[in-house]
Amino acid sequence: MSQQTVLYDAQGPRARRRTAIGTVIAVLVLAGLAYVVIDRLIERNQFSMEKWGPLIDPSNEAFDAVWRLLGEGVVNTLRAAAIAMLLSVVLGTLIAVARLSAGRAGRIPLIGLVELFRGLPVVVLVYFGVRVLPDVGVDLRELPGGQELWGLVIGLTAYNMVIFAEVVRAGVASLPKGQREAALATGLTNGQTMRIVLLPQAFRVMLPAIISQLIVVLKDTSLVTFIANYDELLSQGESIRRNLDNPIQTFIVIALMYITINYLLGRLAQYIQRRQARASARVAEVTDAGANVPVGGGA
Amino acid sequence: MSPVFENLDLFWDGYLTSLSICLWALVGSLPLGVLIAGCRVSPVPPLQWFGTFWVTTFRNTPLTVVLFFCAFGLPEIGINNSFFFFGVLGLVLYTSAFVCEAVRSGINSVSAGQAEAARSIGLNFTQGLRFVVLPQALRTVVPPLGSVLIAMFKNSAVVGAFGVGGDLWSTGATLNSARGLETLPVFVGVAVFYLMITLPAGAVLQVLERKVAIAR
Repeated sequence: MSQQTVLYDAQGPRARRRTAIGTVIAVLVLAGLAYVVIDRLIERNQFSMEKWGPLIDPSNEAFDAVWRLLGEGVVNTLRAAAIAMLLSVVLGTLIAVARLSAGRAGRIPLIGLVELFRGLPVVVLVYFGVRVLPDVGVDLRELPGGQELWGLVIGLTAYNMVIFAEVVRAGVASLPKGQREAALATGLTNGQTMRIVLLPQAFRVMLPAIISQLIVVLKDTSLVTFIANYDELLSQGESIRRNLDNPIQTFIVIALMYITINYLLGRLAQYIQRRQARASARVAEVTDAGANVPVGGGA
Repeated sequence: MSPVFENLDLFWDGYLTSLSICLWALVGSLPLGVLIAGCRVSPVPPLQWFGTFWVTTFRNTPLTVVLFFCAFGLPEIGINNSFFFFGVLGLVLYTSAFVCEAVRSGINSVSAGQAEAARSIGLNFTQGLRFVVLPQALRTVVPPLGSVLIAMFKNSAVVGAFGVGGDLWSTGATLNSARGLETLPVFVGVAVFYLMITLPAGAVLQVLERKVAIAR
């Protein structure tokens, strides 16, 4: 293993023998577990084409309908997640900027807002968007996409915008103080400093966090299944399950779809983070070298 | 707000059911998460693969899908139980992946030099682990683990939405739909009771963080 961990060193002959024995035992135990599960699945007829056919056999009569439903589900999931994400980033940035530039008194309601929405379960906020808003007279049916989409988007946005507000605030706070001072010294106003100098850098730092949060939003779109009839991926899976009576197979396929999308997003976030870490390491090296150069002296 | 005050007893019962979901999920997911973390950092490759598989699966699947799988899938293979059990089971499986990552990040944040230093002053592996590595690892774990647990408290609402009757979320939904009470006051009531779980939990966590956590 190339990555050094604090728990053990490079292994000598005895440790390697122990690892080999551990490997054999682990393989036996895991294979035993897998055997029990698979045996139970076979016994209950869960590998039959009757159950899997609609999902994996193109000649099955239900195949086209099932995958049309799943396709629509993915599109609806991605659409709701993308809109909610965009709105959360924009609103979150506004809240963060307001909180950073407001005085002591102005800050208190903003802190209250952040704590309130962060403390509520997101499913409660989705409920608010989809069920409560129409009851108090907010009509979202006229909007393209309809009541369910926008109710879901509003719920997800309410929850995520305050998370982004905190992320943006942390991003701005992580910048070297000199950035702001230099910007102000060149004659930029406070607002310009924020917009031209601080926010662009903060967004670069926060990009991995933003992408990671996108995974959360994507997963949370499925909460609407409990509340309303918006045909995202899980709701579509539910109708497939009710019609074909194959819950294990359907939910495995749905889970695989979510895992694929989210795993790729997670890798993207990791990749960007690593690239940034390398870039800032280079910067650090340069400044380290700079510090060794005698101040005010030539070679 | 009268619908809330007239039904305070129902809200209180729902609050207690929500707390008991949280408690069972906590009791289940902490040891399971630590066990999976142990697999991920062990020197045995198959255990590492198993840990990675577990985390990748449960971190990238929505909690809702895990819950549906437990409640509708498991009976298919002869595992029958109450919705409460399946709800808590789903929450435990899902949360364990996040607990594992929090614990692992804590262990990884201890620099290898610390263990080398421990060896160089003559401590053996167990002593080094006990006196040098673990104390540091556990203290770094406090903030991320706390966030995981607060997220789990909030996720207990999903378990309620899923059909575990009598918890806070389902109490609100029942008052709205079955008794036809207005949504807004009931919503506010549910929200306030959830804040009664998450805000104190957050405050306790902050105190704990200030006491023990170290930043690296």
